[in-house]
Amino acid sequence: MTALLEVDEVSIDIGGRRVVDGVSFDVAPGGRLGVIGESGSGKTLTALATMGLAPDSATITGRVRLNGRDLLGQPERELVDVRGAEMAMVFQDPRTALNPTMRIGRQISEPLRIHHGVRRRAAAMAAEEWCGRVGLPDPARIARAYPHQLSGGQRQRVGIAIALACRPALVIADEPTTALDVTVQAEIMRLLRELVEQDDTALVFISHDVALVSTVVEQVIVMRAGRIVERAAVDDVVAEPAHDYTRELLAAARLTHLEAAR
Amino acid sequence: MSDNASDALLTASGLCRYYVLPRRTLSEPRPVLRALDGVDLELAEGGSLGIVGESGSGKSTLVRILLGLDQATAGTVHYRGRPIVPGRPRPLRWFRREAQVVLQDPLSSLDPRMTVASIVREPLVCLDVPGDHDARIAEVLSAVGLDPEWRRRYPHEFSGGQQQRIAIARAIAPRPTLLVADEPVSSLDVSVRVQILDLLQQLAADYRLSLILVSHDLGVVRYLCDDVLVLRDGLAVERGRTESVFATPTHPYTRALLEAVPRLPA
Repeated sequence: MTALLEVDEVSIDIGGRRVVDGVSFDVAPGGRLGVIGESGSGKTLTALATMGLAPDSATITGRVRLNGRDLLGQPERELVDVRGAEMAMVFQDPRTALNPTMRIGRQISEPLRIHHGVRRRAAAMAAEEWCGRVGLPDPARIARAYPHQLSGGQRQRVGIAIALACRPALVIADEPTTALDVTVQAEIMRLLRELVEQDDTALVFISHDVALVSTVVEQVIVMRAGRIVERAAVDDVVAEPAHDYTRELLAAARLTHLEAAR
Repeated sequence: MSDNASDALLTASGLCRYYVLPRRTLSEPRPVLRALDGVDLELAEGGSLGIVGESGSGKSTLVRILLGLDQATAGTVHYRGRPIVPGRPRPLRWFRREAQVVLQDPLSSLDPRMTVASIVREPLVCLDVPGDHDARIAEVLSAVGLDPEWRRRYPHEFSGGQQQRIAIARAIAPRPTLLVADEPVSSLDVSVRVQILDLLQQLAADYRLSLILVSHDLGVVRYLCDDVLVLRDGLAVERGRTESVFATPTHPYTRALLEAVPRLPA
């Protein structure tokens, strides 16, 4: 089976400093990969570079292919066709990811109108339908609301709806629940898992929380200081971490984690 | 919790804090938000209490009232039997020496234009703490695991964990009895988190500190606290010894909270 996403020896330099160093990984169609790392490990920057969203000051080398099509170094007008349509991103902080001046419905329908040429009326209906699919109460009302009128969890549901609206083959979720309460986090994770399973969407899930990652993915890579230090099935990583850093990370996580369900 | 009030360091009874919100309609009265709605708590000398709750549960409001930074709508706070009433700084100065706080985000709670030494010196000067301040600064910096040689550096030169150590050094400098930590590790990486929690535990033992730890993270509270208070919508829904609350939660909300925490595969 050919990979959906191939990231091959990607290195990123910012201001003469190498922040991501030779990172390679593949994601199969419908596959789910977890990226574990602490702050400064380069996990977010790798994701942004994959999406073609890395800052202009970054020098990127290597290769990123989606469905066999090279993305790195492509001009912006090529990338806008792919981004949002074939791959999309769910961001960490739904407060800053949404446009505060635009109604929710329009933010969800915008990618549909741009990528699929859906007419305004039909796109508005699709947006309302998505509000329902992501479990927002009273979809018709929410579609007309502005982001500030929603709670943090509701905003992240909108973020997920926007990312999935065009039914992309790949979704990258970068710490999508860090800003949320634990009970809301559990709901958002359940929603994300359901939706990617329904549409067989490939998922790259980025987090510092090993326990959280283990609830959605099968395979993980562990990043530290811009390099991948370990890659394996998530159960193996937890049971028998091969790298010292992974062992430290797990030991730290174990100290404050709660026992598996009684 | 003890029945004997004399060995309690901090007691609060019937704490309420209501906020009157802006008018929604002309005909109806202004709506009232009950941020805290009758919370009691007691902290024994040398004890450690974890306050757990999600956003909007009233935990930060509670901390502000316990520290005399906000006026309760109803209810009282007593420290060693003396009432804590917010007001002008001077009458509360004795309490400021007794109770210090560590906040969530070290970068915004440390003045970026002050050196480490002047940050840690500030409470010593403001609270008229007797003794050699320079010696005390060096002492607390090494107590929190920072090199006293770094005293002339600025907060931005440090990592997040080190910045939180500076905030802790500032808090323990005036030799408080009570340390209140409001989400002290939420903004830190997992591996750094445990180091800071261990440091708090070590300091609590070394300096006979009583601890109040506010957190949304149940694991953190279980790691550090003997007693726990679960807040929800301004009400204390559950309280007790940490081990028993975590082993056999009685309130459905506590159970839901515990179940929502992701677990590592066994």
